[in-house]
Amino acid sequence: MIQPETIAAFLAAFPAAVHSEFRGQTRVVVPVGSLIEALTFLKNKRKFDLLVDVTAVDYLNYRDADHRYGLVYLLAAVDTSERITVRTFVDDPTPTVPSVVPLWEGANWMEREVWDMFGIRFEGHPDLRRILLPEEFTAHPLRKDYPLQGRGERHNFPVLHRAEG
Amino acid sequence: MATQETTLHPADADDRPQQQDYVWTLNFGPQHPATHTTLRLVLLLDGERVLDAVPDIGYLHSGFEKIGEHLDYNQYVTVTDRMNYISPMANNVAWHESVERLLGIELTPRCKYIRTIIAELARISDHLLCNGAVGLDTGAFTYFLYAFYQREVLYDIFETLCGARFTNSYTRTGGVMYDMTPLVVEKIRTFLKTFPKTLDDMDRLLNRNRIFVDRTRGVGILTREEAINRSASGPIARASGVARDLRKDEPYLAYADFDFKVCCAQSGDCYARYLVRMAEMRESLKIVAQALENLPSGPVNVDIGERTALPTKNQVYKTIEGTISHFELVMSNRGFEVPHEESYAAIESPNGELGFYLAGDGTHAAYRARCRPPSYIHFSLFPALIRGHTLSDVVAVLGSLNIIAAELDR
Repeated sequence: MIQPETIAAFLAAFPAAVHSEFRGQTRVVVPVGSLIEALTFLKNKRKFDLLVDVTAVDYLNYRDADHRYGLVYLLAAVDTSERITVRTFVDDPTPTVPSVVPLWEGANWMEREVWDMFGIRFEGHPDLRRILLPEEFTAHPLRKDYPLQGRGERHNFPVLHRAEG
Repeated sequence: MATQETTLHPADADDRPQQQDYVWTLNFGPQHPATHTTLRLVLLLDGERVLDAVPDIGYLHSGFEKIGEHLDYNQYVTVTDRMNYISPMANNVAWHESVERLLGIELTPRCKYIRTIIAELARISDHLLCNGAVGLDTGAFTYFLYAFYQREVLYDIFETLCGARFTNSYTRTGGVMYDMTPLVVEKIRTFLKTFPKTLDDMDRLLNRNRIFVDRTRGVGILTREEAINRSASGPIARASGVARDLRKDEPYLAYADFDFKVCCAQSGDCYARYLVRMAEMRESLKIVAQALENLPSGPVNVDIGERTALPTKNQVYKTIEGTISHFELVMSNRGFEVPHEESYAAIESPNGELGFYLAGDGTHAAYRARCRPPSYIHFSLFPALIRGHTLSDVVAVLGSLNIIAAELDR
């Protein structure tokens, strides 16, 4: 659900954005360079004050994919119940996007999870550490080249015996 | 509220509280009765006052999103049971709401009503546990037993409905596992009659209880601005005055047909969150009563001709169309017709906005199955809510946020 004037205003401000609709959902794809401007515009000018989620998709084996990773920002407006999905793409070897923590405090843990699972760096994030996996974990398991059963981390997990502890 | 950032290893730590020698560190969890589930907090204390709290999560991480890329759209519903296991029915509904959005399936009216009923019963069950546990942690053991007895009644209803008490896995793509029988309807009707009395008792036990009110009022205050800024949803946001309820704002299933109120409070403390949950249970009862009165007749699943819902066992064994349809759907090289698209759908789960962001790639399993877990988002609020309060408030705040570690870590 989104008002037509909202999306018209957005496209007027960001002519490079690609707009699409699917099952009543409005998505826009913006270049990574104008991501922060686009999100700031939506937050301050169009009242999308709630960041619902930040997530990523690894398009390694995806048909017709031009880029490796897609970042997904789900926004909602509390007052008008509008929703919009903003996407951007980044590539190897060092996928990096600017952090949106300055805009929404709630992005802190969401971005940490994306870093943990996909290895996408968020520039300007105040505390970019792993969150769900231990610090010494080396891989980013939600990438498509990571096997479902892991790479033996479970087998090689160091066991601490009582005598050593 | 302090908006200062929480870091374990700050770069310049000279003026950090750790450096002052009267400050001590308390490790709270991961195995502690008051954390309810496996989560760990590192608390920095000055006497009894909490200077800072650093959540350390991931103890229950089991790669649910990775598994979602390998199980098909009907199999994965068993995994969603294990996310928020306090209200698995709501997770099932959320998962298949997202799958049906991606696949473009329109449910039958009866199925919409049945899913609405079970989602609301799951909400009651979740709120009973959450409020019961807040009561238990603040010293009201009797209250907890009142709440848990009613959860038992709900488990009985779910058992009659689908055979499973705890991990229900009740929904299926394009329908549900079994239709609602007259016996289930009768049991829900009995519950609707008896539960308000318990709810009254619970209100009388705790709402004006001096100890409980002193321990929760003014504790863990979340302002409206902070609630929105930190992406809070559900009863936690509503207790802070954010009048956002997906059941009203974006009516899914059959919610547009019913008359109910969105329960809000202004103060945003633990007591407000408790009251919002109590009030929501009464609204859920109203929804269930209206849905039962107007339960449409007719088929519960989408017609098998559309090849989107699994046929019943009776159809599989006795009709050739059923057999064909069953094989078409369960063979991994056939399955559903999934578009090369991405979509997000969310429901108002008992804990907040529970949504799944799905990417389909034409195969039997999702290419990406992201869960938007309310517990995860709400737990990130915790350090900001507890700073400046005492150690004994930790359990009250933790309980009122209703953190379920299985959903937190997935």
